[in-house]
Amino acid sequence: MTEVTADAPIYLSIDNLWKAFGTFLALKDVSLDINEGQFVCFLGPSGCGKTTLLRAIAGLDLQTKGTILQGDSNVSNLPPSERDFGIVFQSYALFPNLTIEKNIAFGLENAGRSKSDITARVTELLELVGLPDQGDKYPAQLSGGQQQRIALARAIATNPGLLLLDEPLSALDAKVRVHLRHEIKELQRKLGVTTVMVTHDQEEALSMADRIVVMNHGVIEQVGTPTEIYRFPSNLFVASFIGEMNQIDATAGKSSRVKIGGSELQCLEHEFNPGDNVFAAIRPEDIIPHGQGARSPGAPDVIETPENTFEMRVEEMEFLGSFWRCRLQHESFGDNELTADFSINAVRRLSLEQGRSIVVELPPGRLMVFSKPEKVQ
Amino acid sequence: MTDTTNISLPEGPVIKGKLSRDDLIMRGGMIVIALYLIVTMVMPLYAMLSKSFSTYKFELSQYELQISDEEGVFSGDVTTPAKLNAALNVLSDSDLSTGSDGRMGLTQFFPDFSFRSPVMYRIRNVSDTGRFLVGSNLHTGTEWTELDSNTFRRVQMRPEKSRGISNFVNYFSTPALFNSIKNSLWIAVVSTIVTVSLAFWFAYALNRSCMRFKGVFRLVAMAPILVPSLLPGIALVYLFGNQGMINGLLFGASIYGPIGIVIGSVFFTFPHAFIIISTALAISDARLYEAAVSLRASPWRTFWTVTIPGARYGLISAAFVVFNLVITDFGLPKVIGGQFNVLAVDIYKQVIGQQNFEMGAVVSVVLVIPAILAFAIDRLVQSKQVALLSARSVPFHPTPNPKTDRIFLIYCTLVAFFIVGMLAVCQFAALIKFWPYDLSFSLNNYDFSRMDGGGWTAYFNSIRLALFTAVIGTCVIFFGAYLVEKSNGFTTGRTLFQMFAMLPMAIPGMVLGLAYIFFFNNPSNPLNPLYGTMAILVICTVTHFYTVSHLTAVTALKQMDREFESVSASLKQPTLKLFSRVTVPVCLPAVLDISIYLFVNAMTTVSAVVFLYSPKTALASVAVLNMDDAGDIAPAAAMGMMIFYTNAGARIIHLIISRGILRRTQAWRSR
Repeated sequence: MTEVTADAPIYLSIDNLWKAFGTFLALKDVSLDINEGQFVCFLGPSGCGKTTLLRAIAGLDLQTKGTILQGDSNVSNLPPSERDFGIVFQSYALFPNLTIEKNIAFGLENAGRSKSDITARVTELLELVGLPDQGDKYPAQLSGGQQQRIALARAIATNPGLLLLDEPLSALDAKVRVHLRHEIKELQRKLGVTTVMVTHDQEEALSMADRIVVMNHGVIEQVGTPTEIYRFPSNLFVASFIGEMNQIDATAGKSSRVKIGGSELQCLEHEFNPGDNVFAAIRPEDIIPHGQGARSPGAPDVIETPENTFEMRVEEMEFLGSFWRCRLQHESFGDNELTADFSINAVRRLSLEQGRSIVVELPPGRLMVFSKPEKVQ
Repeated sequence: MTDTTNISLPEGPVIKGKLSRDDLIMRGGMIVIALYLIVTMVMPLYAMLSKSFSTYKFELSQYELQISDEEGVFSGDVTTPAKLNAALNVLSDSDLSTGSDGRMGLTQFFPDFSFRSPVMYRIRNVSDTGRFLVGSNLHTGTEWTELDSNTFRRVQMRPEKSRGISNFVNYFSTPALFNSIKNSLWIAVVSTIVTVSLAFWFAYALNRSCMRFKGVFRLVAMAPILVPSLLPGIALVYLFGNQGMINGLLFGASIYGPIGIVIGSVFFTFPHAFIIISTALAISDARLYEAAVSLRASPWRTFWTVTIPGARYGLISAAFVVFNLVITDFGLPKVIGGQFNVLAVDIYKQVIGQQNFEMGAVVSVVLVIPAILAFAIDRLVQSKQVALLSARSVPFHPTPNPKTDRIFLIYCTLVAFFIVGMLAVCQFAALIKFWPYDLSFSLNNYDFSRMDGGGWTAYFNSIRLALFTAVIGTCVIFFGAYLVEKSNGFTTGRTLFQMFAMLPMAIPGMVLGLAYIFFFNNPSNPLNPLYGTMAILVICTVTHFYTVSHLTAVTALKQMDREFESVSASLKQPTLKLFSRVTVPVCLPAVLDISIYLFVNAMTTVSAVVFLYSPKTALASVAVLNMDDAGDIAPAAAMGMMIFYTNAGARIIHLIISRGILRRTQAWRSR
């Protein structure tokens, strides 16, 4: 597992957290450190425990066992009102009968602030989220995206040390979602507030997070930066949950060799013993197409690792807008078909079409080896 | 991949959350309201139950007596009342059974007793448990008390208390009493069948036809809710009584008895059945009807395969609600029942007429059983009803059909005529000088001060009771529902609270009222000073109508985003601020509904309060009962109609206020 080394001090430290609902364990011995000012995403399929973890951090549903340290204090058993965080829910949870201004001001009252002070802060926040003129409207009069920004403004109004976002974008239209992703990330960077966001949308996590925590069945599978998680997934679950991944039955060779069918290929270093049954894995977009026959005349590219090339038949081509998705077949792959994404340029240049043969290269730096799961979940 | 099978929770203590101030306040509030329910419902019911198992008997061997000669010298044998009774055979064994207040003099054991005689008497208890009165002084010890004969006639034995089922044995061996079970069930079943059938077609016409005047019919159908259940009884007396306007229509049958009870019950339960069935019919899915048409099903077949199954939970629920209302109703059979005894009236007769509280308690226990059964089945059915609703259902829009629309219009007009007619008869009777001899109009019947029942004071007491009940009840019930719905953890406490909140609906008013006597009229109860005050009437009424209000509040609260409390806590704001600034304003329509429900019911209720009012706190609804009892039927009708107009007025004011408040505070509802 690759750890991010950040300069910032640790702000939130989760130690050996367990959560039981009856006999069901929603969190199993989860430990995690979050650095100050970081944007961390909990990513995983539904039921993986990510929301449970977030609610434990907020104190909304206490963990069964384990400690949570926030800043310098142990908040493990504190009620939400004695912790320091702001929270945004998927439903926004804006108070429907209060105007936008009053919604934002809700947390500023009873804190020894003067009226004019509160008004100034509300104006500032409305400008910050880009809705300066909407203060006297009611939530129902705003669009979903606008409501979510108000919820965000309300959550950060009191300058909390920690911002928690519980699937904040999943109730929105695709377009608004992409736009708001950017805005939230921008805002977080500006404020420098440590942020934890729960999401099941990998694209959201990849585009927003400084670090992604991938969870499954109540345990953390991997923690890392978006590129680390994508490029070097630590196991098959992470590899296949995030992005597309070809899984090919294979046998491990020596440290950076793997056997697929009859041929032995070079791959990333692994720790399996030679002869272990494994999966070789490569992402569709990492497969490089070459002209028919190696070093065919006119091919601009050079094959760097000739032992990693196969001549394969194009079984099917699917046009997906910005690229073609091709299903490739080769006898040494057995039943496993290879899915490859080729750019439109490459398809045109190589005049690919269904039924033709093509030489593809599986670059060693992108070919990974994973252990096979004992049973398929 | 991680193996998920053999990981288990490590040993060691589980994290215990620290309670925030809000948690403490909410739990405290919940405990206070739960205690309120325990004190005002569970404990009285327990007192009643234990009363039904208490038996009282005079123990004649408990006392020793000695009589002096004319000179006042005690020389004769010491005897006991038991020996005297055995010799004289004055009293049979059953004469010795009595109630908790039973008293029995001793002079009957001395045939030649004279209070002028110079003979002296000595009496003592054999054991420490024995008790007798001399005048109003209680004597408990075993030492002799010497009395002259004039004082001796004021000696009274007090009964011994024991526990057992002999009250029940007694009840079931008295045909006059247990026949009431059969009678009660019989009229409840008949009324249920008639009401549900009538209400079904009425609701069907309003929901599934294109007839005209639907708004008017809907309004008329709700009118009976605004009057006490005994008012239709008075109307029936005027219509079909011995000097009734149209008593010839009965062909000699008497309205006093099952016929009158059933007709009156249909009148006062009609709106309840109508609301439930109408709701069930309103949620039917148009797609099913389109499918039926496309499959060429006949309208008759469609009715039986689509309409009835769709409304079946509504029908079942309506049936049990009506059954429960009829079997627990007291006012109507009291007025029109004649010699036809039913359970609810038996309780009243036993308690008010014969002062036999134990037997009243026994009848109450008997009455509670069918009431609780009907209530439980209704709850079960209603919880299934919800599942029928699907978000994708398409609302059904009826298409005009001149022929059936006309039939429905005629039908609804007849039903409306029945309802309006009953009220009109009462109003007419109230304004007539003396039916049937002097038909000139006068307001004499409104001069309530000349009749029994409390006069105009009773009317204003009722309004006070209704206002107090509405205000206090709404606050307590809504706050209680909020606490139980929105607090964290404390699962056992919350489940218990929910149970307490559901219980009042299953308890008939008569039973609750009687239970209050046993509990609050006990001198050793510190709450005893409440007895006979307005406060106990308010408490009793709030408790009596707790469940429906609680359910209304819970339904409204469930529609609120459950993360409001989380957001408020994260912003470090007290939950009570959220409650007052967000929850109450958003739930205002439900709050207003609860208050008008409590107001109207407080105005019309008779059953619980009939045991609890004092001369100072006489009520209009009870006055109707008492004036009718005293033969002042016209003033009773007049008072009943006053209740009707007051409730109708309250409803109109409620409507205006709701509209006004909603317009001002709920601007946010419109986009």
